[in-house]
Order: sequence, then structure tokens, then C-alpha cells
Amino acid sequence: MAQEQEEKLFLPRFITTDENFAPGHRACIGCGEALAVRHVCKALGNNVIIVNATGCIEIFSSLLPLTSWRVPWIHTLFENVGAVVSGIESAYKARIRKGKIEDRGVVFVGFAGDGGTSDIGLQALSGAMERGHNFLYCCFDNEAYMNTGIQRSSSTPYGAWTTTAPVGKKSIVGQMTWKKNMPEIAVAHRIPYVATASPSFPFDLMDKVKRGMEIEGPAYLHIFSVCPTGWRCPPEITVEIGRLVVETGIFPLYEVINGEYHLSVDFPELKPVREYLKKQGRFRHLTEKDIERIQARVEEEYQRLKEKVGGK
Amino acid sequence: MTKRRIVGLEGSFAIAEAVRMANVDVISAYPITPQTHIVERLAEMIADGELDAEFICVESEHSAMSACVGASAAGARVFTCSASQGLELMHEVLYIPSSMRLPIVAVAANRALSAPLSVWCDHSDVMAIRDIGWIQIFAENNQQAFDLTVCAYRIAEDKEVLFPAMVHMDGFYLSHVTEGVMLPDEEEVAQFIPDYEYPFVLDPDNPVSMGCYGPPFIYPEAKKAQEVDFEKTKPKIQEVWNEFGDTFGRSYSPVEEYQMEDASIALLTMGSSGETAMLAADEMRAEGREVGLVRLRLWRPFPFKEFREAVKDVELLVVLDRALSFGMGGPVCSEVKSALYEKRKELNIVGFIGGLGGRDIPIDGFKYMVNRAVERVKAAEWGEEMGPEMIGVRE
Amino acid sequence: MGKEKIGWKELEIGCVVTEPGSAASYKTGEWRSERPVRDNTKCIKCGICYIYCPDACIREDEEGYFEADLYYCKGCGVCAHECPRGVITMVEEEEEAKEEKEK
Repeated sequence: MAQEQEEKLFLPRFITTDENFAPGHRACIGCGEALAVRHVCKALGNNVIIVNATGCIEIFSSLLPLTSWRVPWIHTLFENVGAVVSGIESAYKARIRKGKIEDRGVVFVGFAGDGGTSDIGLQALSGAMERGHNFLYCCFDNEAYMNTGIQRSSSTPYGAWTTTAPVGKKSIVGQMTWKKNMPEIAVAHRIPYVATASPSFPFDLMDKVKRGMEIEGPAYLHIFSVCPTGWRCPPEITVEIGRLVVETGIFPLYEVINGEYHLSVDFPELKPVREYLKKQGRFRHLTEKDIERIQARVEEEYQRLKEKVGGK
Repeated sequence: MTKRRIVGLEGSFAIAEAVRMANVDVISAYPITPQTHIVERLAEMIADGELDAEFICVESEHSAMSACVGASAAGARVFTCSASQGLELMHEVLYIPSSMRLPIVAVAANRALSAPLSVWCDHSDVMAIRDIGWIQIFAENNQQAFDLTVCAYRIAEDKEVLFPAMVHMDGFYLSHVTEGVMLPDEEEVAQFIPDYEYPFVLDPDNPVSMGCYGPPFIYPEAKKAQEVDFEKTKPKIQEVWNEFGDTFGRSYSPVEEYQMEDASIALLTMGSSGETAMLAADEMRAEGREVGLVRLRLWRPFPFKEFREAVKDVELLVVLDRALSFGMGGPVCSEVKSALYEKRKELNIVGFIGGLGGRDIPIDGFKYMVNRAVERVKAAEWGEEMGPEMIGVRE
Repeated sequence: MGKEKIGWKELEIGCVVTEPGSAASYKTGEWRSERPVRDNTKCIKCGICYIYCPDACIREDEEGYFEADLYYCKGCGVCAHECPRGVITMVEEEEEAKEEKEK
């Protein structure tokens, strides 16, 4: 069944050949985030304005005097994407109303990493969602501060090694806290659209981008972005990892449309988390007990999600 | 049709009137006291249909300026205001529009910084942001607050300028005090600051990338271009102020002189204390003292030429700082000294620090500063042991 | 563009970059240590290699086969790993590159 689902999602030939995120960008070899950005840009089309937080994407796409962006793009700071998007959307609203420009349905999009979203940028994002600006926010979650050297964020999963949650003689787990559930924080704002996606499921991802664009009001998309450099895994398995994280139930793909939960891909049986963890050097130190702990947590969370899907 | 009229307005309301007449598109602000009256009044104007603008009631000062950056990059005329801690929270963002060349206009109601918490006036917040690359202009009264805000749009949006501008008015002394303000005709203001088109607006028809990453091979070139262009704004600023004078009858200069014709001693002030200092100069003149007053209207870019010209015949310059650079003295005094270095070695400069956290400086305070400065020069009371004196402080 | 030679007067105001997608002039292919080599006899033209390329360097040719543009290909091997038919093998760059050092 899982295999069937997958095949249904793999329809590369129907996707536009436009690359609004141009090659020549300097992302690491096998970067899952660059892949995700590429997919998002394919779905977004040309009639957009992108606001980018400081982070990997901004660095690898905009080294002066060159740019990878074929759509209007602005970067200012790390923690203010929500506010800058708000300003742009408001500017368009006011200028259209005052007859200074025509309404051509421009879509306003925010890009940030997990640190720029769930840590330092959370306040600005929360403000923008609460005020109800019409925008799509894409969090590219590579589960740590990768651009600056793999420091832990609140989005780093339990047990992962990072340079600021190292594995030492005394502290043997790495990250000691559970990953912050950012999509649920977005849901708590009662915005019309929240979804999770992985570029290993590109068609699903692009559908979600389009839905987020079409819906009036704030839309939040949380995109799993594999980082071979920071996760200590070979670059060629980027897509495989992004698939396994879904198949193990660690990062389920779902949508919350006007408060109603929908699972995008369901599995009668989840693969054991071990299959996902063992492929990455950042989890190498984990003991059987640690892995069991993670397994139990994943099952519990997955169950909770399924109850929400059924409950509505 | 409205005509020019004099209205009693507190400084905050005068600013709001200027912003309304500038017909801004987006206002983004966070309500920290004491400038809230500005945005409260603007929110009222929008609610009453007197101003057609989007009001973004953001969740912090950091976001207030960030939203202005976004809106300005999207081609909108924008406004925000802040002070004190709010201005400090905004600090990081302030560098963005000056480097990315977005003509945002903001007003700061100058106030002290914590701790202890003070909501009162001084220039600590201003001095903390003097290196941000904004055009910074000081108003002395509510009329000036209005005029200079109108002018700020015209200056900032000029194609040869394209830098953000901040109008500084002293918190409480101006922001909360009602004075008579001559309001011009709205049509006249509209003509004075016509609609503008930002050259690189964020627009899908003409995609540009803004705020790209600058490694060492290009960063210094970026800063050089910014500095050269910033220096070039000075003649434009004067030009706009002259034109404002021709149209509305009140003109301004980067450095304004009072009773300076034959003055051997000059006081130097910024902001509202200039008006008290004028009274002090008058009284001292009546006593036969050759005292004049120099007021710095333009703080950034610093008006070196005009300033040197203003003090060229003075023997003693008495500088009032309403801020303290710990371990250094008064920031204005040290900048003034550096502006005169090598040009006027024979000039004595004595700095005082006063008016911190809303402490009033009465007329006698200025007289004291002049007398004390003369004493200190006579006694050659400086050198390494002699820092700036803080006036009006209890033992 | 000789980027190291750009003088301050040549920068656009605020360092705005006005040429969309200009990074496409930047050759990332030099990073590569392995290159994808295809056996198109096995290819079913599904396009999976195309959709999973993080560097957008795989293009469809007139016959419907997919080919990596080595100007950009960083040699990550995702295409080889994901290809359902084993069309693509990653080959050490030195061996291949000896004879055809492109551009």
C-alpha cells in the first residue's frame, strides 16, 4: 500500500520544467533543503515575492554579485520574516486600494529554517499569523543551525548529536529534549492552513504549496529538509532519509485545513525508527534503550495525530 | 478647501498630522510610551477615514521596523515611531534600510534608557543609534517636528538620496506638550511631497534580489558606496529645507545660529533645550556677555563644514550632552571636538552632561555652564583627571 | 563577470541584484568527485532522477531521456540512488575526466 501511494505521488513528468530557483547555487552536495526549495519554487510559479530569513538558503542562493532567484526575493535578517512579509502584503493591499497599482494576485511567501522559525523568528511569525496576513510561510526544517556549524535548535530531535549538544563522556545522548512541534503551534493560531511535507514526496509537497497559496489568510508549511552535512549521512541517501522519516512515523505528512486534520500518507504499519536512525551519524551513539524510548514516543505521537484525524 | 491655520497640538499630534498629509500607505508600530499618541492618533485618522493606510499593529519594535522595511521595498510610503527601549529593540533592523537604501521615515521621541526604568527625556537612545546610517534631524519645538517630518519624506525619497530619515523630538518636552502649530494647506503638502516610485520595487514583473550575501571581496565596496552616497545627501537636505522655506515660510539649516554675530562664547545644544538656551543667551547678552548659541539640527550626516563655519570666531564652546557615554563623557562633545580637530586648535571646548532621564535644565543651568566653563578654562582645569561635569546632580 | 574586480561605483544602489537567476553562470560542477554515467537502454523515462536533483541540473533531451548538466552537477548521487531501474552509476571523476575535461 505504501508503495502504491508512493507511485501515485511520483509524477515528475507533469511538473513544470521552469526552475525559478536557478542552478549554480552553492548548497552542499546532496542538500535536501535546496531540493525542497526547488520543489516549492516550481509550485509557486512567477507571481510571487519571497522573503527569506538569514540561513543556509539565503547564503547559498545570494552570494553577491549573483543570485539564484528568478522571482522577486528579499532577505533582511534572521528573525523577522513574519514581519517583513506582513509589510509587503500590507504595502500591496494599500497601494491596490489607493489605485497606485493593479491587483494581480501576487502571492507573498516567507522562507526560513527551523531556527528562524521555531526559535528566533517565532515571535514575528506568531504576530503575522495572529494578524491574519495573506501569506504562505515555508519552514525548511533541517533540525539544527546548519549554516553556522550544526548547533542545536528547538527543532533538533531527541538523541541527535550537534556541536552544542555533543555526545561526551558524561552526557551521552546528544540533544536531551524532544523536538518542538512547530506545526501544532501554527495550528494553535487557528490559521486556515497548516501542513507538513517532505521533498521525497514532491507531488504531495507541491500540492500543499498550491493549497497554501490559494487559501485566503496565513498558511504554514513545515518541510522536512535532510542535511547530509549536519546529519552525518552520505549525500545520495537524502531522498531515502526524507522518505524513511515519513514511513517510520517520525515526521508524518498531514494537513490541517480550517482545523480539520487529514493524513496525507497513512501506513498500516510503521517501519521501526531504527531503520531511520541507523543511517545517520548524528544518532550513532544511541543505545538500544534510547532507540526504544524514541520508538515509544513516535508511536504515541502518531497515535495522537491519528486521533485528531479521526476526531474531526 | 483648507487653508493654513494655527492649531494647538501636542508634538505627537503634530507628527500625526504630518504623516497624514504625507498620505502614507503603511504604518507599522508597537505602542511603547510616550510616542503612543502618534500612532493612536494615526489609528484614529484611519478609523475615521481621514487617512487611507494599512496600520500594522505589530508585536514588537523589531517587527515594526521590519514591516516598514518590507513595505518600503514593495514601494509603499511608510511610517513608524519609537523611543528608548523600543528604539534599542529596533536597533538591529535600523541598519537594513540604510544599507538597502529604503526611504523609510521614522520619528523618535527621545528618551532615557533603563535601568532604572525612566520614561522621560534624554538622548541616550539617540546616541546609541548614531552609527546606523540614517539621516537624523533634531526638532526643537512642535512646529519644527511637523515641518521636519514633512521635509523628511521629501529628502528620503529623493532619487539622489534614498536613505531613511529619522526626526528626533524630545520625549515629553515636545511629544506631550501642546503648542501652537501652523498647519499648511493639505494640497500644498501633497505638492511638496508628490508620489514617488522606488527604483527597485519588489514586483514579479521585474524580479530583483535584495539583501544578498556579501563576502569580503565585495562588502567594503558596498560600504564605500553607501558612505559616499550618504555624504552626498547634505546639499540635497539643504535644498529641500530651502524649498520648504520658499513655500511655507519657515526654513532650516544643518547648523542654526542664535546671537552668534560677535559671540566669543557659544553654547551648543540639540533638541528642545535649545529654546531654554536661547533665553539664557538673551539674559547673558543683557548682562553684557558675548554669548551665542549653536543648535545642531542635522546630526547625521554630520555637518562638518557648517559647524566649523558657525564656530569659527568663537573662543569658548560650551557643549551640552543629554546622554552619557560611560567612560568617555558626552558623545556630542567628543564628536564636536573631533569635527574641529586640526582646524581650530586654539578653541576651548568644555562639555557638560545634563538633563538625564527628564531632569529639567533651567535657564540658570545654561548660565552656570557658561560661567563654569570660563572658570575651567582660566584654571586650565582639564587634562586626564578632568572629565565632563554632570550638572544639576545632588551630592 | 570578474566578480573580484567589481568596484564600488559599479554596485547597484543598496546592492540590489537586477539580473534574475544570474547564479546560473556559476559552475558548481567543479565540486564533483563522482559523475553520473547513464545506461539509457535500461531507462523507462520516468523522470525520477529529474525531480530529485537538488541542483536542478538534469534535463530531458529530444528523445525523452534525462541527462545531467555537468556544468552544475555536484555529483551527489541522489539520481543514481533513486533510479528505480539502475540506469545511473556514479563513476570516480578522475577516471572519466582525464580524457574530457569539459570547458
